Amino acid sequence: MTDDTILETEGLTREFGGFLAVDGVSLRVATGNIHALIGPNGAGKTTCFNLLTSFLPPTRGKIRFKGRDITGMKPAMVARLGLVRSFQISAVFPHLTALENVRLALQRVRGASFDFWRSDRALQVFDDRARELLFDVGLSGFAETVVADLSYGLKRALEIATTLALDPEMMLLDEPTAGMAHGDVDRIVDLIRRIRKGRTILMVEHNLSVVEGLCDRITVLTRGKVLAEGDYATVSKNPEVIAAYLGTVDA
Amino acid sequence: MFGFSRAESIAFLVMLVLIAVSPFVLYPVFLMRVLCAALFACAFNLMIGYVGLLSFGHAAFFGMGSYVAAWTMKFWGLDASVAIILGGLTGAALGLVLGFLAIRRSGIYFAMITLALAQMVYFFCLEAPFTGGEDGIQQVPRGYLFGLIDLSSDMTMYWVTAAIFVGGFLLVHRIIHSPFGQVLKGIRENEPRATSLGYRTDDYKLIAFVLSCMIAGVAGGTKALVFGIATLTDVNSATSGEVVLTTLLGGLGTVFGPAAGALVVTSMENYLAQFGAWVTVTQGVIFMICVLAFRRGIIGELGAFFRISL
Repeated sequence: MTDDTILETEGLTREFGGFLAVDGVSLRVATGNIHALIGPNGAGKTTCFNLLTSFLPPTRGKIRFKGRDITGMKPAMVARLGLVRSFQISAVFPHLTALENVRLALQRVRGASFDFWRSDRALQVFDDRARELLFDVGLSGFAETVVADLSYGLKRALEIATTLALDPEMMLLDEPTAGMAHGDVDRIVDLIRRIRKGRTILMVEHNLSVVEGLCDRITVLTRGKVLAEGDYATVSKNPEVIAAYLGTVDA
Repeated sequence: MFGFSRAESIAFLVMLVLIAVSPFVLYPVFLMRVLCAALFACAFNLMIGYVGLLSFGHAAFFGMGSYVAAWTMKFWGLDASVAIILGGLTGAALGLVLGFLAIRRSGIYFAMITLALAQMVYFFCLEAPFTGGEDGIQQVPRGYLFGLIDLSSDMTMYWVTAAIFVGGFLLVHRIIHSPFGQVLKGIRENEPRATSLGYRTDDYKLIAFVLSCMIAGVAGGTKALVFGIATLTDVNSATSGEVVLTTLLGGLGTVFGPAAGALVVTSMENYLAQFGAWVTVTQGVIFMICVLAFRRGIIGELGAFFRISL
């Protein structure tokens, strides 16, 4: 069991002034899976993400990534271990070009970039790879565009390209298709399907058709607790899950 | 050239020509004041413009650099070059200590912490015996540069000051256009994202802060040498405020803005000095006009008008 589990939490809990946002969540994500975290608003999904990537310290509980205890580690260190997240609001560097955005991730591979005396021409070695990544997400024509001028859907695609640039073993995607038009959603779904090779993906997603088509395993959260877990067929038939989403079964 | 874009290269050449011609037209001591203020503003701009952190206590580094350079010149008879380098190192060392405390916060909290720490430095300078308290360190000899060049002539001193300014300017430009600078811009744009890519952002911010303080210290040391004096004015919070005004007026996050701002602010102080307190009033009015009407500053607005980055 431990062998094919890449990320594991044990009684993960986070309190905000007495309110239990995440309450004793024990999660197990199998290597190579696309695992969805779903649940109504306020269920604690994003808090869960913040805990997993150390952006928030847990009140209680443990997190293990690749068998290693990463509880309380610095967020930058967690990213270096290969557990990289995206954000709900598109996380880009707005006043840099798309190419520079991706290159900033590729640049991390150099180690620490403390060399303030060297010309940034040293970074041109990453340009080819950056263009490849932009091509992969359908942004070829926008390499030199300042990101603030891109549409929302393109920003989300750029964010995925930037995350991919780190070649992480595991990606946490926080609502990758939120607020997108239909065409954009399909493109992102295609993209996720293409990039899943050799990777594990944990995603928060509201769009259930996306979850159905994409995810191997689903964990449903409500009020900070795990309500159900299983594949889409099992979970979607679970009366408690239906109740949580629609209020009551009768409604 | 030095990683300048075309527009920047032209602007840089214009600046070099102005620096070369102006001492034959204008009073060199005034120009040296402009150059020191410009270098100080370049240092400040590195933090506010490229890391997005507003330091409200940069006079502490400028002033301590000034004191140390003045003291070592006067009492140890050190060479001008060594004294200025010591001024820069003092700025860097002080920046390391204060920055270590301050960079843990951002926005208004960072500004307030730097202000508070700078006030502590001010009171230290007021009480410490070596600074001469209210009198400051006066009659500092300019001495020799590299043991060879006599700096007592204003013209010679001017060329040295100009060289220091251009050197500092190019250093800041290189820092901004380096792999390190690229990460700084990432932090300015979206710090959580930079963290999630695996950058330990605090380390980058601290190094940028130390570099900025070092350049501020060099500017202070040069100033002490030019005027032969280091006083409490150099560490005063008003000086911290003035560098904010200078940079804002010239254009935050522009390469040439701080120099342009320094020219305007220093000219105002110089040519309006006869009106006494009205200088401050004028500065206040200009500050308000700048914030209300042209927020990008002189160079920022110019750049926006011609659609180039300066």
